[in-house]
Amino acid sequence: MLQINNLHVSIDKKEILQGLNLTVHAGEVHAVMGPNGSGKSTLANVLAGRSAYEVMQGEVLFEGRDLLSMPPELRAREGIFLAFQYPVEIPGVSNSYFLKAAVNAIRTHRGLEELDAMDFLALIKEKGNLLDMDQALLNRSVNEGFSGGEKKRNEILQMAMLEPKLAILDETDSGLDIDAMQIVAKGVNALRRKDRAMIVITHYQRLLHFVVPDHVHVLSEGRIVKSGDRELALELEAKGYGWIEQEVAGTPQPPLAATLQ
Amino acid sequence: MTTTPDTIEQLTHQEYRYGFVTDIDADTAPRGLNEDIVRLISGKKHEPAFMLEWRLKAFRHWDMLAKSEAEPKWANVHYPPIDYQDMSYYSAPKPKKQLGSLNEVDPELRVMFDKLGISLREQERLSGVAVDAVVDSVSVATTFKVKLAELGIIFCAFSEAVREHPDLVRRYLGSVVPYTDNFFAALNAAVFSDGSFCYIPKGVRCPMELSTYFRINAAETGQFERTLIIAEEGSYVSYLEGCTAPIRDQNQLHAAVVELIALDNAEIKYSTVQNWYPGDKEGRGGIYNFVTKRGACRGVNSKISWTQVETGSAITWKYPSCILQGDNSVGKFYSVALTNNYQQADTGTKMIHIGKNTKSTIISKGISAGHGQNTYRGLVKVMKSATGARNYSQCDSLLLGDQCGAHTFPYLEVRNALAQVEHEASISKIGEDQLFYCQQRGLAAEDAVSMIVNGFCKDVFRELPMEFAVEAQKLLSVSLEGAIG
Repeated sequence: MLQINNLHVSIDKKEILQGLNLTVHAGEVHAVMGPNGSGKSTLANVLAGRSAYEVMQGEVLFEGRDLLSMPPELRAREGIFLAFQYPVEIPGVSNSYFLKAAVNAIRTHRGLEELDAMDFLALIKEKGNLLDMDQALLNRSVNEGFSGGEKKRNEILQMAMLEPKLAILDETDSGLDIDAMQIVAKGVNALRRKDRAMIVITHYQRLLHFVVPDHVHVLSEGRIVKSGDRELALELEAKGYGWIEQEVAGTPQPPLAATLQ
Repeated sequence: MTTTPDTIEQLTHQEYRYGFVTDIDADTAPRGLNEDIVRLISGKKHEPAFMLEWRLKAFRHWDMLAKSEAEPKWANVHYPPIDYQDMSYYSAPKPKKQLGSLNEVDPELRVMFDKLGISLREQERLSGVAVDAVVDSVSVATTFKVKLAELGIIFCAFSEAVREHPDLVRRYLGSVVPYTDNFFAALNAAVFSDGSFCYIPKGVRCPMELSTYFRINAAETGQFERTLIIAEEGSYVSYLEGCTAPIRDQNQLHAAVVELIALDNAEIKYSTVQNWYPGDKEGRGGIYNFVTKRGACRGVNSKISWTQVETGSAITWKYPSCILQGDNSVGKFYSVALTNNYQQADTGTKMIHIGKNTKSTIISKGISAGHGQNTYRGLVKVMKSATGARNYSQCDSLLLGDQCGAHTFPYLEVRNALAQVEHEASISKIGEDQLFYCQQRGLAAEDAVSMIVNGFCKDVFRELPMEFAVEAQKLLSVSLEGAIG
C-alpha cells in the first residue's frame, strides 16, 4: 500500500529525514518509535502533505502512485488520514458541520453520493458511541475548548467517519490518562481491517499494550535503524533508546537503564 | 511540495461581480459646489422653503469647514486630497414622465436591477421584502407601498417624504445627526438628493423587512443619500441596506447620512451589506465611503441594533452609533469588515450612555488580507446620569497574509462609578495549521479559507436576516482576494 524509498526531508534547511525506507501493506499496523527529534512527526506530516517540509530526495508511492505530487486534500480524498498530535481549533465552525463537509468531500471524490443530514446524523451517532463521545461536542466549534482527551477522541471519530485506507496516528497517546487512552485504543482497534493499514507513531510503548502492532520500527536521526515485532517495543520500554543509538554508532556498551521517563 | 498559497490566490481572485455600467440617459449637474448648485438640487426636487433654508445653512457650514481645512484627518486611512469642486453633486436617471407604476420604470433600469438580483416585483413579493431602489441620486421605485400604507407605515423616497410629509421630516431631520456634526454630514445635508424615509406608527410591528438598494451608476458624481427612520412608541422595524457600484478607474465619493429614532419601547434593527466597488488589485479606483450613521434611543426600553458587513469600498469611514437616552434602552453593534488588496477601513461605533440601566454590546470582526488595513475605532461613553449602565465590547481581528494590518482603538470614558464596562480583544492569523487541518480532512483550500472566515464571523452573521446572511457569506468568500502568507 505504502512504499517509502530513501526519503530525505528538510525543514528550514535542516535535514530531518535522512534516507528513510518503509513498506506498509494493507491490513498491517506499524509502530514507529523513537526519541524526541528523531523525525517521527516529520514523517507523519510529510506523508499528509504539510507544505513547510521540503523533500530533497527519494519517493513515496501510495498504491503505486506518486504521493508527493498530490496536494494534501487529494491525499486525504485518496484515503490518507492523519490523526494530529495537536488537533487545531476552528472557532465558529461546528464540529458536525466540519465533519459533514469533510465526509462529503471524500465521498464525492470516491464517486459516492453525498450524505444528507439524516444519514449523516445516523452515522455520526453510531461512530460516536464507539468512542463514548458526548454528542454535545458535535455542536461545539471544532476542538475549541475541548480537553486533551476530547480532542484526541475527536480525531479518532473523524478517522472512523472518513474511513481511510492508511491512517497515521501522530502521538495520539500523548497527554492522555490511562482511561482516555483505553477509549482511544478501543476506537483504533475497532477500525483495524484487512484493507486498512495504520502507522502508529509514539514515543512511549504504553499505547502498544492496547494497540498491538504487527511491526515496530525505531527511528533515529531520520532513519529507521531497527525493525522488529512487538518484542522490540517491550525491549525499548525496558532499556530506553540509548542502547540502540549506541548499537547503530557501532560502539557497544552496556545497556542503559530506562531513560524514558 | 504543495503550493497552497498559490491555489488560494488563484481561486480567490474573483472579479467584482457588480461592475457593469448601465446606459441610462441621466440628468447631471455641472461640476463644482456652490450655493447655486444647492438651489438647483432643491429646485429639482420641488422642495419646500424650509428644506432649501436648511441646505443652505449646511452648505455655509461646510464651506467654512472646507476653507479652514477641517476635513477630518484623524482616521487611520490615507488618500490624496479630494477636490470637491471637481465632481458633480447631482445625477438622476432622466425620467420620461412621472412614474405611475413600476411597469413604467425605464427598461434599462429594470435590466440593471435584474443583474443585481433585485426584481422589483415578483421576487420581492415572494421573499416578503419591500424595496426602495436609489440609483445615483434618485429613488426610482418603491415596492409594497400600498400594502404598508394600510398599516400606516410610510416607506418612500426621501424626496417624496419632503413633499408629502413635511411635518415629520421637519421635526426629525438633523435631530440625530445635525449638519454641524462633521464635515461629511454637512456636505451631505447641503447636497443630498434622495434616500429613503420610513415611519412606523405607534404599536405597529412592520410585517416585512424594508430594504433600500443603493447604486452608483454615473461617472464622476458623488452619491449623497439620506435615510431617516422613525419608530414610534411600541413599534418594530427591520431595515436592510445594500450597495453596489460600477468598476471605474477614478475614486468616487459616497457620503451618506442615516438617522434612526426609536421612541418608548420601540425597536429598530438596521442591517447593511456594503459592497461598493473596492478598487482593483493595485488599489486603483473604488468608492470612498464616508458615512455618518447614528441612532437615538429616545424612549424608555427602546432598542437599536446595527449589523454591518463591509466588504466593499476603497476606503470606509463609518461609525454607526447609538445615543442611549431613554432609561433601560439598548444599543447593539455587530460588524464584519473585510479589507483586501489596498482597501482601507476605519470603522466602529459610539455608544453614548445617558439613561439609567442602559446597555450596549459591541461585536466587531475585522478581516485583513492582501495589503488591506483594517481599523476598529470605538467609543463607549458613560455619562454621569447613566447609573447601572453596562457595556460589553469584543473586537477580534483576523489576518490573512503578512502584508496586511489590523488596528484597534477603543476609547472608554466612564463618568459614573456604578457602570460596568468590559472590553476584550483578540488578533489571530489564519494559520497554516488551520488550513492544513481542513485540507487533511479532504477540503479544498478555498473552501477551507471560506469556512474558517465564516466561522470567525458567525456571531455577526447570526444577527442578519436569513437571506442577507446567506448573501453575506457568499460575498465574503468572493471578496477574499489575496494570498495567505
